[in-house]
Amino acid sequence: MPTKSDAERVLLPLATAAVAILVWALAVRLSQTSVFPSPWKVLLGLRELFGRGVLGPYIGDSLRRVASGYLLALVLGIPAGLALGWHPSLASAFNPVIQMARPISPLAWIPLAILWFGVSEAAPGFLIFLGSFFPIVVATMNGVKSVPSMYLLAGRNFGLSTPRLLARVVFPAALPQILVGLRIALGIAWIVVVAAEMMAVDSGLGYLIIDSRNAGKRYDLVVAGMLLIGIIGLALDTLAQRLERLPNVRWGFQQDTA
Amino acid sequence: MSAPLPSKVSVHGVSMRFPTDGAPIEVLSSVDLSVADGEFVCILGPSGCGKSTLLNIVGGFLRASSGSVLIDGEPVEGPDPRRIFVFQERGVFPWLTVEGNVAFGLFRLSPEERARRIAHYVKLVGLSGFENAYPQELSGGMKQRLEVARALAVNPDVLFLDEPFGALDSITRLVMRSELLRIRRAEKKTILFVTHDIDESVQLADRVVVMSTRPATIRRIVDIDMPHPRDLSSPRYNELRDLLLGEIGLAHKI
Repeated sequence: MPTKSDAERVLLPLATAAVAILVWALAVRLSQTSVFPSPWKVLLGLRELFGRGVLGPYIGDSLRRVASGYLLALVLGIPAGLALGWHPSLASAFNPVIQMARPISPLAWIPLAILWFGVSEAAPGFLIFLGSFFPIVVATMNGVKSVPSMYLLAGRNFGLSTPRLLARVVFPAALPQILVGLRIALGIAWIVVVAAEMMAVDSGLGYLIIDSRNAGKRYDLVVAGMLLIGIIGLALDTLAQRLERLPNVRWGFQQDTA
Repeated sequence: MSAPLPSKVSVHGVSMRFPTDGAPIEVLSSVDLSVADGEFVCILGPSGCGKSTLLNIVGGFLRASSGSVLIDGEPVEGPDPRRIFVFQERGVFPWLTVEGNVAFGLFRLSPEERARRIAHYVKLVGLSGFENAYPQELSGGMKQRLEVARALAVNPDVLFLDEPFGALDSITRLVMRSELLRIRRAEKKTILFVTHDIDESVQLADRVVVMSTRPATIRRIVDIDMPHPRDLSSPRYNELRDLLLGEIGLAHKI
């Protein structure tokens, strides 16, 4: 596989970002808009937010909400996916419901979430759970279903009971696909937290954006919040992608060269 | 064969029909076979003739439509760690290291005994120094050795090998055959080896069971009365080869 040089990996994206910022600055200047902020104004806005001391707690709150909803989805979703993938009859029973619930945007649940949990921490947690649960269940289920039968035969041949077979063969064999689901779910969770914070709570990056608009149309702070969301989302995705390099799952992400 | 050896594996009137939309397909038709303890038997036949099906029935992975399989006089009810099936090298677990793969079946043993077996079998198959490598870092031949080591580590009486060297290049295949014979001298096992390669069967087996095309029956059983190491250019080798070629129904010339 040809390895990309460091220059290509670092310099090219930086150049693209620089061009984008330049285009943004020029567009603001040429259109003489008084509403949309220039890159410089956004930078000043970021500094102001740092100065007010709200940024750290807001980021912390958003991450904590994602962590709680996402971890709950992970803890329930992986066993559920294993069970559905392993028992065809369970999959027949539940798959239609899952496939119907899956395309419903977690945001459509906001009214119900507020009805059930009120304006509280539980509401965004519930929405994030919903958003990440289904991708994890479906990826785990499909991962289990596509475990090569040869691995199962080999596991049985060595005298493994079904629980042992699930733990020592099915789960590790499905793990690369499960990780793909976890990564997708994390991305969704990060998207959902922002929306949830706009509706149901009064802290976090989503709240920052909606509050900046409502209290004085501070679009510099809106865009600053958006940029932060993007950067943190990228960082989360990079971390999730790192997991794909763990030695016991790497085989699932590489072309077989042997 | 001088004195009749006790039968390790005996197959009685095994037939196999697979249901389809139309008439069921008959794959095996009343196969009878007796394999002695410690014997190396090759099951030779054209691709798709049902020889793998036979091996899967003897291994306990498939249930015959009729007939029975006895091992040590007991009917085969399912897979059993005393009899290990070796697939092509794709059967090794890619999420485990060489050591992890060899240790896979040893979970009932004490840690000391496990470590002893791992060390012994890694060495026996020539993978010393690769204990912590993952299968994707190994060549096809090394993966096949690993799978053999994983099988031998649980000390089975019988090994089933289903075209184990089929995916390897021809040079590696030759090396692996002599390795298998070397390992077999060290660890006497009863071996049932499915292949469609005539040379392979003459090089390895004590007896070659020639299967017909579908529905497979046993056409003939040929004793390979040559001591090891076998001379691949000897007249007897060529004679046996030609005999098997004729049984399979292939021309002797290309």
